[in-house]
Amino acid sequence: MLDGYSAEILARVQFAFTISFHIIFPAFSIGLASFLAVLNARWLWTRDETFLILFKYWVKIFAIAFGMGVVSGIVMSYQFGTNWAVFSDKAGPVIGPLMAYEVLTAFFLEAGFLGIMLFGRERVGEALHMFATGMVAFGTLISATWILSVNSWMQTPAGFSMNELGQFIPEDWWKIVFNPSFPYRLTHMVLAAFLTTALVVGAVGALHLLRDRADKPARRMFSMAMWMLVLVTPLQIAAGDFHGINTLEHQPAKVMAMEGHFDSHPDGAPLILFGLPNQAEKRVDYAVEIPKLSSLILKHDLNAPLAGLDTIPDEDEPPVAIVFFSFRVMVGLGFAMLGLGIWGLIARARGRLFDAPMLWRASMVMGPMGFVAVLAGWITTEVGRQPFTVYGLLRTSDSLSPVAAPAVAASLIAFIIVYFFVFGAGTYYILRLMNKPIKPVSDAPMMDDGPTRTAGTTPAAQVQDKHEDKGMT
Amino acid sequence: MLGFELSFIWAGIIAFAVLVYVILDGFDLGVGLLFPLTKDEKERNVMMNSVAPIWDGNETWLVLGGGGLFAVFPLAYAVVMPALYMPIILMLLGLVFRGVAFEYRWRTKRWKGTWDIAFFGGSLMASLCQGIALGALVQGIEVENRAYSGGWWDWLTPFTLLTGLAVTVGYAMLGATWLNMKLEGRIQAHMRRLAWPFAIATVVFMAAVSLWTPFLRYVYFERWFTWPSMGFSFVVPVLVGLCVLGLFRGLQAQRDVQPFLCALSLFVLGFIGIGISFHPYIVPGALTIEEAAAPESSLWFTLVGTLVLIPMILAYTAYAYWVFRGKIDPDEGYH
Repeated sequence: MLDGYSAEILARVQFAFTISFHIIFPAFSIGLASFLAVLNARWLWTRDETFLILFKYWVKIFAIAFGMGVVSGIVMSYQFGTNWAVFSDKAGPVIGPLMAYEVLTAFFLEAGFLGIMLFGRERVGEALHMFATGMVAFGTLISATWILSVNSWMQTPAGFSMNELGQFIPEDWWKIVFNPSFPYRLTHMVLAAFLTTALVVGAVGALHLLRDRADKPARRMFSMAMWMLVLVTPLQIAAGDFHGINTLEHQPAKVMAMEGHFDSHPDGAPLILFGLPNQAEKRVDYAVEIPKLSSLILKHDLNAPLAGLDTIPDEDEPPVAIVFFSFRVMVGLGFAMLGLGIWGLIARARGRLFDAPMLWRASMVMGPMGFVAVLAGWITTEVGRQPFTVYGLLRTSDSLSPVAAPAVAASLIAFIIVYFFVFGAGTYYILRLMNKPIKPVSDAPMMDDGPTRTAGTTPAAQVQDKHEDKGMT
Repeated sequence: MLGFELSFIWAGIIAFAVLVYVILDGFDLGVGLLFPLTKDEKERNVMMNSVAPIWDGNETWLVLGGGGLFAVFPLAYAVVMPALYMPIILMLLGLVFRGVAFEYRWRTKRWKGTWDIAFFGGSLMASLCQGIALGALVQGIEVENRAYSGGWWDWLTPFTLLTGLAVTVGYAMLGATWLNMKLEGRIQAHMRRLAWPFAIATVVFMAAVSLWTPFLRYVYFERWFTWPSMGFSFVVPVLVGLCVLGLFRGLQAQRDVQPFLCALSLFVLGFIGIGISFHPYIVPGALTIEEAAAPESSLWFTLVGTLVLIPMILAYTAYAYWVFRGKIDPDEGYH
């Protein structure tokens, strides 16, 4: 089935496949863990049962997503060694300790307190249960910090020297951890995780509002999600812009590929909105461009010169088309999120947030788009790093394990089958939980699917409380 | 000189992480192995709930073992992982099935049986592969120019199959004694009865592996059968004998905790035995601890945090176990 492919390309596909699957779950559980901590804290603070209902509703979904994140993450921790042994030998002294710290500071924290968060509310009391919930959320953020540090170091390496064996030897840990692209990348990813979760929460809220517009928990989660969206999306767009400028400084070839700039532009580069990059002919076919806008965005100056891929040796060019398209998908979805957030804000200002079926439907369409944007963003940055694993210093083709192609092919096929089956089932269970009516706190028995309230019969106006009328949830 | 000592401290820490993994995840993998021997769904529910709040923390020690090796012995990591390519990948896939079963089986009626099988099958696959990987490491890995140079099926030999079975049977024993401790009534009596054959089989397998190992490499033989190292080494079999005695007596007297502790001690002693054979190698016959170590700056940077964090981790892990102490209430769970 995969005859004729080299071990290198198969190992790359395998890494891309397993990490793409993996990234979905942390992107969701980082945001969801914080959301749960907020819900739990507000329940303890206000004693408004809606928060407790929402906590119990989302904690089940979190448990499934977290479980999938754990098992796919364990795979990642061994993948470096199985398929990228030379990389592990050479870069291990630098990135190994960062990953060990991730395990020590984050994974144990999450795993240790997850049991208490899920099963311990009655056993440890409310304060300790809140503490455990906070620790799980904190753990997800620490985990993101270390792994983004590792990834950023591979993109913008700093603080090391090289020995005669070609190993990276750590010299200055401060510079390694806080390497030049780390703050931008971390901010961008954490905001992406919050947005992804907000979109999902908003979509689930919208679904239940469409069925029963008086449903109080649904109103609350939809309102919270809309606030999150309108507040965080502009921050994210700004963070993305800073990140892009940082990338131009440290990884110019990646930006050239993102922008589709095959040629250098000495006096202001155009922004190519759409087109078909043709790497063989070194041009973008059917390009639709806005003159000088690329220079304005990247250099904040209309006439600033921008170098193109013609300044880069052919063997150092990243695959342009993939980076070009994935970047556009990410940016396009970012603006769609902004649009949804503004729409929600306008509806709220008019007092129609809970009387807006069009907005709800749009929210449902946008529900999964955070995941798409996260994946597109990662593809942009990771494929844009090619042909290097450690940017500019260690080539992907020199990073591979001494593995035979059939072994990599066999494990790749096994991963594909198992992942689609296992994570497909998990996604199905999550969707089914999201589709269930939101239960009151009385805690119905676990397999009880029966509706706990009648849907769609009470007019919205009758149950609206004044607090929510102003959208102050 | 300092770097020399540092790498040995690190070998100790990694060995500790792997040992903690083996005894903690050992018993919860064992719970999975015992799934097909149960009477009904209710028994399986309560078995799984006995480990549901803690299995995730248990498994994290495996990530620390792998991640720690990557951090402080990158060369050993780079050599061992390709050498054990297939057992490692199969173990990971087994852990995937097993890990998701904890949540999935509560979310479906029709497919519950399927996830029970996934839980058992994943546990079996992971246990076998861990034992095989251990055996493959003990029998030695070929290394040339900082890379694995052996064949693709080197990990599959009669010896590794023996260690695979030994670890699996041993995990089942750990699982049975754990459930004897945590459960009540019919299922407890059932698990206590099951602990007998698994315990006897574990002892037989341990003996077989112990007798075979010294003939794999002369170094091992020397450790165990020549003076003066023999004087220290033979403490281990004596202690093993005492633990076996304690285990059987505890089962006979229907004690809750004693059989589990004795079963854990058996694993600790087996682990020490392997350590005695290995020293000073990290990859027997190919790489010493010193050769495989990362540069001193990596060792120091990681050590500082590790010495602070491991006690904290042990403390809150112990707390989590304390929270869920005692017998399992069959109706408990957040589902």
